[in-house]
Amino acid sequence: MKTGKKYPFLFLLPYGALFVVFIILPIIVAIGLSFTDFNTIQAPGFVGLTNYINLATQDSIFMQYVLPNTVTYSLIVGPGGYCLSFLLAWAIAQLTRVPRTILALVFYSPSLTMGTAMAVLWKIIFSGDEGGYLNAILMSLGVINEPIAWLSTATYILPIMIIVGLWSAMGVGFLAILAGIMNADEELYEAGAIDGIKNRFQQMIYITIPTMKPQMLFAAVMAVVNTFNNGTIGVSLTGSNPTPGYAGQLMVNHIDDYGFLRYEMGYAAAVSVVLLLIIQLFSKVASKLFTEKE
Amino acid sequence: MAGYKGNGINPSGFDKGQIKIYIILLPLAIFMLFPLVFIFCHAFKPATELFAFPPKFYVVNPTLTNFSAMSKTAANSGIPMSKYVFNSLLVTVIVCFVGIIISTMAAFALSKMKFKFRDTIFSINQAALMFVAAAVLIPRYLIMSGLGVLDTMWAHILPLLAMPVSLFLIKQFVDGVPDALIEAASIDGASPFRIYRSVILPLVKPALATGVILAFQQCWGYVESSNNFINTESKKTLAFYATTLANANNLVQGQGVQAAATLIMFIPNLILFIYLQKDVMNTMAHSGIK
Repeated sequence: MKTGKKYPFLFLLPYGALFVVFIILPIIVAIGLSFTDFNTIQAPGFVGLTNYINLATQDSIFMQYVLPNTVTYSLIVGPGGYCLSFLLAWAIAQLTRVPRTILALVFYSPSLTMGTAMAVLWKIIFSGDEGGYLNAILMSLGVINEPIAWLSTATYILPIMIIVGLWSAMGVGFLAILAGIMNADEELYEAGAIDGIKNRFQQMIYITIPTMKPQMLFAAVMAVVNTFNNGTIGVSLTGSNPTPGYAGQLMVNHIDDYGFLRYEMGYAAAVSVVLLLIIQLFSKVASKLFTEKE
Repeated sequence: MAGYKGNGINPSGFDKGQIKIYIILLPLAIFMLFPLVFIFCHAFKPATELFAFPPKFYVVNPTLTNFSAMSKTAANSGIPMSKYVFNSLLVTVIVCFVGIIISTMAAFALSKMKFKFRDTIFSINQAALMFVAAAVLIPRYLIMSGLGVLDTMWAHILPLLAMPVSLFLIKQFVDGVPDALIEAASIDGASPFRIYRSVILPLVKPALATGVILAFQQCWGYVESSNNFINTESKKTLAFYATTLANANNLVQGQGVQAAATLIMFIPNLILFIYLQKDVMNTMAHSGIK
């Protein structure tokens, strides 16, 4: 449609203005602040790369706990949740309509619970005394004799976070994959059968995945975002920042720790920038895997 | 065609091949559903069952005491629960409504109008799909302080209005509206605003429903604003109140109340999704990133 310059500008203006102010500008400010020693009281002074150098060389908590935790958590929950989404979507696509819809709802609904309000559910289940549900079950089965303080024992925090993360990983991306599989072109499968595709597994590898690469990419991006957005889960489960023994500390918590508890905003901004770069890296890998090469 | 038995997708009837899928999926479905059923039961348990030892999974004598206790707790702290509910509803309705309008307008421009930088703008938005708001909480705080909206209701609303996912999905959907329809309306003398209202909006209803759901999910459970941008207790939202209950130390006593609060946070999401799920699936079919 030919409209001249006025209309595209008018239609884009409201969204564009909010997008710039609340998405682009914060990123620019974060990058800017990361080169300063801003502490909210004095005006920020330029310190060059000091924050980044300190992050890499002095911040032992970051190197020892936060970074490894973040990498472990995001590598398992990101790709793991993604594969789970795909396999579940693929499996339920082969069922009749009514059970498929019900199961899709069952797998999707945990992702609706995200947000810290749901932490209470896990707190009750993993409660550390013998009235805690998991403890009661394990004790009645005779697996353990003493109740385990799940959420205050460093060893268990990260695994619990990963389970909760995977439990709620079937979100929008899962729906996109399901829709992609449902709308596949039947003729391709017929042609595939002629070319010698024998079983469902081969169908999945040679036909389903290649034909729905765009949905796969969208779902991958959503998986990355979900994983990092849920980064505060350790703090909401244990109820403290830092988490006990830093065992559930992820980068988002580290940012809050420095930004809002110690008011070292410049340093916190440097951590934010590193986090944004890591996210960027993840999505680059996803695009490499799923972009159509033509 | 010999040997081709169909692709097995969306079968019209039940056959033996589906049994093994059920065998694998059902235990998994129970695992996924377990925490939700649990919280549902817990919210309706009377005190005797909450403290029962060994703890029971199911509720035997359901009661609403937890829900009334929850509003009493709020009243005791000086702010009636209805205030939190009202704040949440107000913020959520505004975010859903305004969010949808601005995303559909932008989607219309990006999909159907021709202008310089159109593709660049769309790919910037696409890159912003992986924007993680938690990473830029501090800059956002500084910006809102600069705009003078800290401690006002705007602090809940403004950060959530521009949702890249919503624009992305709606734009993909608008791409499917035939250009001929728009040309025809244009020749009949309709202005772009008229075309937007009378042609685009009615035709992209499934995408609108999806946009509303996504905005609702974001907004209804949004606690960052109450935690960081708002000081006045009476301007905070229900999501915030639910988290304060969850973080309270008297975990055993408050369990029933916390479960009730969690349920209240969860149920609207679920109902809305069940109600709109057909539209969502319809939109998702266009969700690919090329």
